[in-house]
Amino acid sequence: MPALMRLAVVLFATGLATAALAASADGFKAAYAKAEAAENQAGALKNQWTTTEAELKAAKKAADAGNFNDAIKHAQQAEALANASIAQAKEQATAWKNAVVR
Amino acid sequence: MRRAVSLALALFCLAAPPASAADTVNPKADFKAFRDYFTKRFPNVPLNDFVNGPYSMDAELRKQWVEIDAFPPYQFALDKGKQMFDTPFPNGKTYGDCFPNKGIGIRQNYPFFDAKSGEVITLDVALNQCRQANGEEPFDYTKDDMAALTAYMAYTSRGKLFDIKIPNDRRALAAYQKGEEYFYTRRGQLNFSCASCHVQSPGDHIRTEVLAPALGIVAALPIYRSEWGGMGTTSRRLITCNSQVRGVPLKPEDELYRDVEYYLSYMSNGLPISGPGARP
Repeated sequence: MPALMRLAVVLFATGLATAALAASADGFKAAYAKAEAAENQAGALKNQWTTTEAELKAAKKAADAGNFNDAIKHAQQAEALANASIAQAKEQATAWKNAVVR
Repeated sequence: MRRAVSLALALFCLAAPPASAADTVNPKADFKAFRDYFTKRFPNVPLNDFVNGPYSMDAELRKQWVEIDAFPPYQFALDKGKQMFDTPFPNGKTYGDCFPNKGIGIRQNYPFFDAKSGEVITLDVALNQCRQANGEEPFDYTKDDMAALTAYMAYTSRGKLFDIKIPNDRRALAAYQKGEEYFYTRRGQLNFSCASCHVQSPGDHIRTEVLAPALGIVAALPIYRSEWGGMGTTSRRLITCNSQVRGVPLKPEDELYRDVEYYLSYMSNGLPISGPGARP
């Protein structure tokens, strides 16, 4: 078997395995835990976003309905939003001073 | 040797970064800069008119407001607030007993820094403290009864000038600075600060809304807002602002909300109370 074909088979098999894992309840739990941890960090900085909360809610709703593909997508989106809000809070910790009327 | 030490000290002083103006708390300097900014940017707006918010910025909107104010939408809340204020608690005491001058004409002195608790006390918080001291449950801080009571107390103070004190107490200065920081900090997915709208863009539109200037913005509170279809307190206004930029709001009368009200009220010193107000 040519090397290229072997590589394609390996990649295909790996993809299938990842998809299987991603679509499972365990995959959802892992993705949700990461999102929730990031959102808690944003909460400690008093800078949570409503859109993050909405994605977390949508993730849970999808998981409750057994739709783990969607649930994981929502959890990953929530994590990305929470991380953006954390970055915003850290940047604004000093940047606010530049906006003050002097 | 002594010369070498002096030289080293001089070099150290030159190399050390100077303390930035932003790192020192100077409410008086902030006040002057804030006042100058708005009066220079809007030279045709009389100083006392800033308390009328968007109506000081937009002539057409002002005409509508004048018409609306013939039958003010906050009137029901005002009447209810007066009745509540005059009705004794079961123990015979009244709200007036909790306040200087029996609670009449005192809105302009709130919020104040309470040295005992080390916190900023708004009129709303003082009213709930009064209720609890008289064995009553506290009111919700956002609307209804609290808005009615503060509407009446603001009404009795109309025309009185904001007189907010920042005592020389590091805790008071810290509260003031936290309020200033909150006001200028961008938040929410839309990345807006309070200042983005009310310092950088007063008079501009966001959708159909005319943005109010930050100078005097607290003078009309509480307000009847057509968008709400009812009355709202300062906390309700701040919660709405946070939500509009897709930020999760703080709890009503959160310490940071009280601090930002302290900061904005100090910036309004010398301007007249105009509440209760009506806004689109």
